[in-house]
Amino acid sequence: MIVAERKPLGEIIGFIEDFRKVLVIGCGGCATVCLAGGETETKIVGSALRIAARKAGRQQQILEDCVTRQCEPEFVEPVPGRLGDENIDAVLSLACGVGVNLLAERLGDVPVFPGLNTKFLGATAEPGVWVEMCAGCGNCVLHLTGGICPVARCSKSILNGPCGGSSDGKCEISPDVDCGWELIIRRMERLGTLDRLVEIAEPRDWSSSPHGGPRRVVREDLRQLAAEAEEEKATTA
Amino acid sequence: MTFKEALDSQDFVITCEVAPPKGTNMEHVLEEAELLRGRVAGINVTDLQAASMRVSSLATCALLKQKGLEPILQMVCRDRNRLALQSELLSAYVLGIQNVLCLTGDHVVLGDHPESKPVFDLDSVSLLQTAQGLIDGHDLSGNELEGLPEDLFLGAIVTPGADPVEPQIYKLHNKVRAGAKFIQTQAVYDVDTFATFMQRVADVEVPILAGIVLLKSAGMARYMNANVAGVFVPDSLIKEMTGAGEKDKSARAEGKKADFRTKTSIDIAARLIRDLKPHCAGVHLMPLGWGHHVPAVLEAAGL
Repeated sequence: MIVAERKPLGEIIGFIEDFRKVLVIGCGGCATVCLAGGETETKIVGSALRIAARKAGRQQQILEDCVTRQCEPEFVEPVPGRLGDENIDAVLSLACGVGVNLLAERLGDVPVFPGLNTKFLGATAEPGVWVEMCAGCGNCVLHLTGGICPVARCSKSILNGPCGGSSDGKCEISPDVDCGWELIIRRMERLGTLDRLVEIAEPRDWSSSPHGGPRRVVREDLRQLAAEAEEEKATTA
Repeated sequence: MTFKEALDSQDFVITCEVAPPKGTNMEHVLEEAELLRGRVAGINVTDLQAASMRVSSLATCALLKQKGLEPILQMVCRDRNRLALQSELLSAYVLGIQNVLCLTGDHVVLGDHPESKPVFDLDSVSLLQTAQGLIDGHDLSGNELEGLPEDLFLGAIVTPGADPVEPQIYKLHNKVRAGAKFIQTQAVYDVDTFATFMQRVADVEVPILAGIVLLKSAGMARYMNANVAGVFVPDSLIKEMTGAGEKDKSARAEGKKADFRTKTSIDIAARLIRDLKPHCAGVHLMPLGWGHHVPAVLEAAGL
């Protein structure tokens, strides 16, 4: 999932304090699973903002909503209409950055603010702890490294085995960070594939990663199907 | 004699590192390098060591070269992408610098600009491969070069005390296959561990120089044991340094001038060199600010 963390309340208040009527929108996807911006958190943030407004003597109305997934156009489609109907003048999104972006593209002149800091693609390691496991680099090498990612889990994203900085299985940047290569090597040992380390990893092509500029995935087969469906609709009409 | 010629001569080879300054005052680093003239086969110049911002290794190497010294350019992958790394290799070469030690580099988090964005486009092994590619006449994209850095002499590092050491050994072989012609190691204090390591890598056909870091105090030894990966200072050495420190303290209490600590540090380094000598092609000294003691260390080691 995409792991996110709520921004400090003070920062959020700074975004919205000058608006009269604010809609807080949670997300039923990843933000719910990582307990940062689901229905429950939306209510908590909404209440906190109302209390803060009252304490500061601000006339401000805070509304709450939670959509199934803020990263899907069909689920955010009703939002602009509601803003117009209810004269809402700002939106606080409790989704990941994708949700904020998608709303920003669709909300006309109503500003949308981020209530979360989007952190990474990861998993729950233990209650209250999430760990990054994928860097979304666009060219998966997990088949070479026992399923553990050197790009996401090594601080230097290096591909030719551990650097000299790993100690007792921990990374040089912090004793709280596992050495990604130590994890890889232990896994490869169990799989009996350690001899793969004799292969030199060539300099990799980073153009598939964010370094190559904004990315998109195009599936021509799906585009074709959609176009056909559209055509059929037109002919039957 | 070039560093390569020194290694080819089969004599016991000594290299020593110097560190460029933070700021433009080059006096100290040039003085330290001057002390090494005629005493070492090559002078490593660190590349923003410990991820701290300072004068570049390239500029410092160029100054050493002008003075007729034999620099070894250290190059890490932390701060430059493949364009800049390749460009710097060519730039070094046109300035007459041939020896290059390729490293991955410490993470920026450990340095004095921890907020910065690290690069690591390449790693130590792929940097060696890339440099070898330039020697062979093409850049990393396969474009042909006009004029080749054919005498680039590439080196790499290894940590003999790493635990586990197997990944280091795999990597060492890969570094040699990628183009490394010499190896300098992380600090060694335990001769037996080093000797065992050398037996395990007996099939590595390039010269290996054992790393010697001057032990400045018992505190430094304990710090390294706790914080520096793959470095282990045995208790006996820590005790020696503690004893020297205490002797200094009591001498000073009696109003006498004393420096047993420095003397002991020099003795330990000299002894390590003598004991390591049968196991390796040479030693690489990392004095970490004590460059002025290097001549004394070499004398005490009988070199």
